[in-house]
Amino acid sequence: MTPALLEVRGLRKHFPLRGGVLQRTQAWVRAVDGVSFDVAPGETLGIVGESGCGKSTLARLLLRLIEPDAGAVRFNGEDVLAASPARMKRLRRDMQLVFQDPYASLNPRLTIEDTVAFSLLVHGTPRAEAAERARGLLGRVGLDPRLHGRRYAHELSGGQRQRVNIARALVLDPRLLVLDEPVSALDKSVQAQVLNLLQDLKAERALTYVFISHDLNVIEYVGDRVLVMYLGEVVETGTAEALAQSPKHPYTQALFASAPSMDPEHRMERLPISGDPPNPINPPSGCRFRTRCSFAMARCAEAPPPRVAVSPTQAVACYLYDAEPARVA
Amino acid sequence: MAISTAVLQAEMAAATPMSYWRTVGWRLARDPTTLVAGGVLALIVLSAVLAPWLAPYDPAAGSIRLRLAPVGSPGHLLGTDEQGRDMLSRLLWGGRMTLIAGLTPVLVAFVLGSALGVLAGYIGGLVNTLIMRTMDIFYAFPAVLLAIAISGALGPGLANTVIALSIVFVPRVVRVAESATVQVQGLEYIAAARASGAGVGAIVRHHLLANVLGPILVFSSTQVSLSIILAAGLSFLGLGVTPPAAEWGLMLNTLRQSIYVNALVPALPGLAIFATSMAFNLLSDGMRDAMDIRG
Repeated sequence: MTPALLEVRGLRKHFPLRGGVLQRTQAWVRAVDGVSFDVAPGETLGIVGESGCGKSTLARLLLRLIEPDAGAVRFNGEDVLAASPARMKRLRRDMQLVFQDPYASLNPRLTIEDTVAFSLLVHGTPRAEAAERARGLLGRVGLDPRLHGRRYAHELSGGQRQRVNIARALVLDPRLLVLDEPVSALDKSVQAQVLNLLQDLKAERALTYVFISHDLNVIEYVGDRVLVMYLGEVVETGTAEALAQSPKHPYTQALFASAPSMDPEHRMERLPISGDPPNPINPPSGCRFRTRCSFAMARCAEAPPPRVAVSPTQAVACYLYDAEPARVA
Repeated sequence: MAISTAVLQAEMAAATPMSYWRTVGWRLARDPTTLVAGGVLALIVLSAVLAPWLAPYDPAAGSIRLRLAPVGSPGHLLGTDEQGRDMLSRLLWGGRMTLIAGLTPVLVAFVLGSALGVLAGYIGGLVNTLIMRTMDIFYAFPAVLLAIAISGALGPGLANTVIALSIVFVPRVVRVAESATVQVQGLEYIAAARASGAGVGAIVRHHLLANVLGPILVFSSTQVSLSIILAAGLSFLGLGVTPPAAEWGLMLNTLRQSIYVNALVPALPGLAIFATSMAFNLLSDGMRDAMDIRG
């Protein structure tokens, strides 16, 4: 097996919740709690989960936009978290982020061309060359550089803005692209166009994607492997086919059951989970899903289940598969 | 052929849009209220600047025989004050003082307040607490009371008035600057700039200031009218410009006993203060609208 491009081990980020007169820490929001995974060069890892499960925090942790409390991130074998500021600046060329909100992610005072060229200028590219490359990339993502280049973000549609967002991330020629819900703010028809653009760009530029979304259909479409998150933890991983065909974790099953399918053959009769996820401030003991799980047992409350492989392509953190893997199909 | 030329021209215009500040100027020029306010203001400022050449008399030279001449008297278009000094000359000269005492503190507050506010908002944590809580101390006093207290402590004079009023306005601007900075800093384009490897300087210059200074400027401009009124108020109380120099607030004070003799003449400096602050208010309203281009 080829060495992983991105290795994540035991990544943890708890946000303090301050309150009271003295602003003392009252509680911790466990946004990301012990997440580990590998991303092989050239693959697309889909990360799926409900809103509030820590997906966006994870994206920012991977790029070291926020510092984790514990854990390790290795890019191409190099410890990202130990990198010096100068080394970090170099590393940032190789790992870029595409943001979720096409409105908040573009500076309203910069033209589209300047927005894309900015990253190059930061890394010392001469102005004329930066502008030239920005225009070239704008053309590649489907915008007319002569028509849109001198425009401001508010003059563009959501889909066009997201193309700018993608161009900005790609202008430094990164090897890894973390996409944080890149299409969830877009209309369905525009979503498809942007997804296809992303697939084309990936093939063209030999990119590796970490694709975060709450939309299973999107994840199934783009993802080679999928990682399911629940309340800051990974509950199941597997190839996209394995997960779609036989989701093992009750939460994954519920996710697939609640995802609207275009195919009547694929519509499941099982009830999706009810209620909202518990508060990540005080997550349930043991397995965090047990409060909404219809298979919850006494031991689920005792200790969090370890992630065990149920097949060469699938691993799940659930006691149902600990002793007798065949009991729930 | 004619149609295709028109389409081509429209496309050319669309392909070369104006820069942000040119668009703002273009929008300002299309707002009649703002234009009138701007015109009035330009007139006031110009007359104050050109006072030495425009004023028909020495503003300090009075005549005992010609005290409190009514508006429209021969030789004294706007009458004379209680010491027989020409009102038109004094209003023109007084405008200089009032404008300097009113505008300078806001300018100081804009520069100093933006710097402190952006610093507090960008760094956050202890620096933020230190700056913002210090500002809160000043903010706790009513503006007029604070201005009087500081002026009283420093003593009368134009320079002290400017210092006192600056202390009044800096905390207000800091508040606006800090909240704007915190808000912008949470937006994803700042995170994107950091993800691209940009340093603090580049982020602040190209991404933060560009989006924060506009709102601060608009807020500061709304404070000009208040500053002018406060400056005039301090002079009225004898804490600002010292006689015999002409200043609108001071003129109001010395003329106030004469209101029963000749009501219109004492009202003139008041009208001048009113017109100037009103013009500034309308102008800043127009500016706020013109700068709100997004959406």
